[in-house]
Amino acid sequence: MSSATLTVSKIRNGTVIDHIPAGRSLAVLKVLGITGYEGLRIAILMNVESKKLGRKDIVKIEDKVVDEREASIISLIAPEATINIVRDFNVVEKRNLRLPETIKGLLKCPNPLCVTNNDPEALSEFVKVSEKPLRLRCVYCDTYLNEADVLRQVVGQ
Amino acid sequence: MPGLVSIYDLTRRDMEEIFEDTEKRLNAQPRKELSGKIVSLAFFEPSTRTYLSFETAAKKLGAEVIGFTGEEAISVAKGESLADTVRMLENYSDIIVMRHRFDGAAKFASRVTSKPVINAGDGKHEHPTQTLIDLFTVRRNFGYIDNLTFGLLGDLKYARVVNSLLRGLKAFKPKLVYLISPEPLAARREILEELNYPYKEVREPHDVIGEVDVLYVTRIQKERFVDEQEYERVKESYKVDLRLVEQMKKDAIILHALPRVQEIDRRVDKDKRAKYFEQASYGVPIRMSVLVKYGVERA
Repeated sequence: MSSATLTVSKIRNGTVIDHIPAGRSLAVLKVLGITGYEGLRIAILMNVESKKLGRKDIVKIEDKVVDEREASIISLIAPEATINIVRDFNVVEKRNLRLPETIKGLLKCPNPLCVTNNDPEALSEFVKVSEKPLRLRCVYCDTYLNEADVLRQVVGQ
Repeated sequence: MPGLVSIYDLTRRDMEEIFEDTEKRLNAQPRKELSGKIVSLAFFEPSTRTYLSFETAAKKLGAEVIGFTGEEAISVAKGESLADTVRMLENYSDIIVMRHRFDGAAKFASRVTSKPVINAGDGKHEHPTQTLIDLFTVRRNFGYIDNLTFGLLGDLKYARVVNSLLRGLKAFKPKLVYLISPEPLAARREILEELNYPYKEVREPHDVIGEVDVLYVTRIQKERFVDEQEYERVKESYKVDLRLVEQMKKDAIILHALPRVQEIDRRVDKDKRAKYFEQASYGVPIRMSVLVKYGVERA
């Protein structure tokens, strides 16, 4: 953390997302729908040292509290991330991310002939098969989604 | 409302009850157990065999049948969403039997309607009533299903009957299941990872045919191939002929969900091990039993 404290001051109110896999902080901002034009003060630290991950990214967002839904999306691309909610410079809530058991509507089934890709009412739905490595299964056609598929879909990488 | 969408919807006990019930129906006069009920047959994908067997089963039970198949389906739907078509059928009928070219269509339909949905084949995904017919044929010929060696031959990738059979066998204790296919038609990893019994993937039927009790042959599902060149490469990659059958155990059986194209030589039909026509004959009584189970017990 020494490099982080060297360059970035604490935020008064907002959210600190820590332990993001190195290089994925921009992806995290993307899934939060943050473009930079919202006027939020944001600090992005990339590739800083981490005991747990070797290298990691950190994102600090002032005046925004990440909600449960947003947290579950983050968990798809940064499963080990932690979310700290800060008020008056103090961490008032520490959330460990947990991948939800089912993920509805967010991801697309890679099987072009799955009913969810062919009917406007058939919302995609995946259940968690494993977290490490990330694997999700379509509840309609049993097709698997792996981490690379999820990343590609969520952040277009 | 859940109906019979996947073979996983049935436990071993459920399946055995259906088999025992079917057994009683084989030589009995049908009773009008579904009198006053309406069964809708919603076949969004063309089918002759399955459609007619469900229709016959429903009529023998005294039910009224409404439905459509193939080209008619396009006119019924007129670009309408599947959900809306299912809602219409829900208003008209007590049970919805559905075939559709999309994987997962039956499950989706079962979530839209409060009426039981029977999956008569969804894309390359599942076909649970066929599995009941398959396992019933095994049971009739051997007296049991456990401890047998199965050989599933052919298109294991796109054949929905294979997925349902592999899953259905989880309720029993097969000694070994050989999955015999050219590499491009190998069974889906997603399905194999679920299995709780020993299986082996092999490329050549001759290598293992002498061990097999139940040889289950599938047609190459031409209509499911996304890439036509892929189909051309594998289309005649296997065939059950007299030379292969000669190497089989004397009391082994050969099954096929039919229709067949060229994967079983017609000369094999006369061999006493060829049981696919017997297997087809169980289509109606098995489906009668299924319709009664979902149409009466759950009504």
